[in-house]
Amino acid sequence: MAESITFAPTDEQVLLASTIRELVDASTSMDRTRELSLTVDAFDTEAWEGLKQMGVVGLTMPYEVGGGGASLDDLGVVFEELGRRVVAVPLLSTTMAMTAIHASGSAAAADLLPALASGDAIGTLAVHEGPHGDPLQVPNTTAIEVDSGHALSGAKRFVTAGPLASTFVVSASLDGELALFIVHVDAEGVDVQAVSALDATRPLATVTFDGAEASLLAVGDEAREALSTALDIGVLAMAREQVGGASACLDMAVEYAKSRFQFGRAIGSFQAVKHMCADMLVAVEHARSVAVYGCRVEDPAERDIAVPLAKSVCSAAYLQAAGDNIQIHGGIGFTWEHDAHLYFKRAKSTSLLLGSVDAHRDRLADVLEL
Amino acid sequence: MTGVNAEQAKVTEAMDRLLADFPPDSVPPKEFWGAQFDAGLAWVDFEEGDGGLAVSPSFRAYVSRRLREAGAPTWNRSANIIGIGMGSGVLAAHGTPEQRQRWLRPMFTMDEIWCQLFSEPGAGSDVAALSTRAVRDGDEWVVNGQKVWTTLAHLASWGLLVTRTDPDLPKHRGLTYFVVDMHADGVECRPLYQITGEAEFNEVFFDDARIPDGNRIDEVGAGWRVSMTTLMNERVAIGGNTVPRGHGSIGQAVEAWKTHGDGNPATRRELARLWGEVEAMRLTTLRAVENMEAGTPGPEGSTGKLAWADLNKEVTAFTVDLMGLGGTTIPEGYTLEATSYETRETERVLSPQRAFLRARANSIEGGTSEIMRNILGERVLGLPGEPRVDKDLPWKEVPRG
Repeated sequence: MAESITFAPTDEQVLLASTIRELVDASTSMDRTRELSLTVDAFDTEAWEGLKQMGVVGLTMPYEVGGGGASLDDLGVVFEELGRRVVAVPLLSTTMAMTAIHASGSAAAADLLPALASGDAIGTLAVHEGPHGDPLQVPNTTAIEVDSGHALSGAKRFVTAGPLASTFVVSASLDGELALFIVHVDAEGVDVQAVSALDATRPLATVTFDGAEASLLAVGDEAREALSTALDIGVLAMAREQVGGASACLDMAVEYAKSRFQFGRAIGSFQAVKHMCADMLVAVEHARSVAVYGCRVEDPAERDIAVPLAKSVCSAAYLQAAGDNIQIHGGIGFTWEHDAHLYFKRAKSTSLLLGSVDAHRDRLADVLEL
Repeated sequence: MTGVNAEQAKVTEAMDRLLADFPPDSVPPKEFWGAQFDAGLAWVDFEEGDGGLAVSPSFRAYVSRRLREAGAPTWNRSANIIGIGMGSGVLAAHGTPEQRQRWLRPMFTMDEIWCQLFSEPGAGSDVAALSTRAVRDGDEWVVNGQKVWTTLAHLASWGLLVTRTDPDLPKHRGLTYFVVDMHADGVECRPLYQITGEAEFNEVFFDDARIPDGNRIDEVGAGWRVSMTTLMNERVAIGGNTVPRGHGSIGQAVEAWKTHGDGNPATRRELARLWGEVEAMRLTTLRAVENMEAGTPGPEGSTGKLAWADLNKEVTAFTVDLMGLGGTTIPEGYTLEATSYETRETERVLSPQRAFLRARANSIEGGTSEIMRNILGERVLGLPGEPRVDKDLPWKEVPRG
């Protein structure tokens, strides 16, 4: 049975949203993001500095490790605002790394989390080895026990924030079981190669480990549990980011449709354009409902439904809104100087990250026993 | 105690007393509805004596929830939807105290069924173009013309009728609104059989029908304004219903998949997509209700009708596809029959094939999806309207056909 929850933001969340919005306005701009899109290691350090100073990076981590002790839904508010402006900061990757470390229950968490929660260190998950495949399966990367701990060998691809990260949460096979390790970027045998990302505001890398020194976080069921928790939290945070982006696309499209005149009329008065906007509105409102729902449910069985629901519905909504926004803008929407492509690239890339839309529909079908 | 808290206390007390004095499981529905009306819990925001307690409309959701939790009968709202869902709002906003006194209670208790006489053969989406004439004759009005798609007209005691009283004015300005006795001389009702063979709606002919001036709603010439009140209530009444998760047409789709499904992964994935879309719509409706209750309605309150129409068509078509050649049959067969409000198609479980046929109406009835998109675009997003060639012309000079 569906959990009974409310949707309205709390007063604190309304305040948090406007604070983040002001911070984004003050610390960065779409021009800056566009400029960063020409690099393979885009990192809006001024925006990140602002988030650090506000104590937002470790928002959902416990107080003891320097976190904010806040709810996932509070973090969702932050993601929505950052998504609204496609800000190039590695918050999603760092959040997932922190969540995996925290969920692993490892004693090392107390040492690792403070630097991540403060934003001084940047973390990420390195759990994919190819364009397909389930990161919860035992990977090809192997770990062996050595005197100082463990040594990792193998290659991880599509590592988000890979070119920026200092702390990698890496999956590997340990005696045939799935295990999670921490590897520091400065360790010997670690090589990071930036890869040109479709959405350059979320840089990617291939990270190779050649007998790299690694410390064990968790193994077997504990590792699987920690990793799946991190991925699910990532999906839900990203869904809020998708809602923010989709909603910004709708706003841009409507604004343009009101001010662009052809045939002596605002183009928004033509039903072909108006109806496209109306359909975007429906998609955005639906996406908002499932994303907020996902961030608020606590019952694990209900979350199992809410995660694939959020991923599939919000991805589709963002793709629709970002695509139609370009269409409504016509030629100008196709140019590098316009903002529309930043959203379009983010929409496509988020629909593929953390499990494809199809994979999440299959997961939803599994949970519903279809 | 602040205003809101005082209102909450008033509503809670009235509700507690109603449920205590008229236990829903032992009191017949009609008697319960009468008591509910007298307790001011029919439309809680209406004036006292008119079935309300003169509190904020945001308490409607609270009343619904309490009634649902208590297992009270609420099917009068759907069975007499045009009266309880739309006519009531018209009388509250535009009626005289005498009119409210006469009509509201029997409407709520289902002693009198209501219908809505707006559309005409020449005025569908463009309802303001209607041509049914009303001409004043002393204390009465004489009506001639034809209405169409009139749901439940054959069962109705009263009709909400818009007429043209001044053809020399532009179309929106020459209209006047009445409540018409459906059993009066000169009012003739013929069933219109729809795609499934059922007649939920009718054609209604007016041949020198007479309406007392006391049944006129608001001023002569104010018909468009009153119609707008009616249509706004209609869209809330149609879009606002929530079913539990997995029920309704998506429930039928899931059942069909489990019975007839061939295990095709692409089909299974498509079912999951549809299930997700329906669930997203359901959550959006819950969000809309919450915001309405809090007195902060947003855009999410206007998307339901459009979303539902498109999705229900898709889901019912998917279900029939799953049935293979079984989808070429229709278990109920076709018989031409006029509906009753208890058994009309929207109130009962249909076979997937019949539900598939009935779903075609979802994007037409109560405002086509094209008109709904115009409304979302213009009223919610603030986009400009289409240029209108007929806006300032006298109605009689507007081309028709």
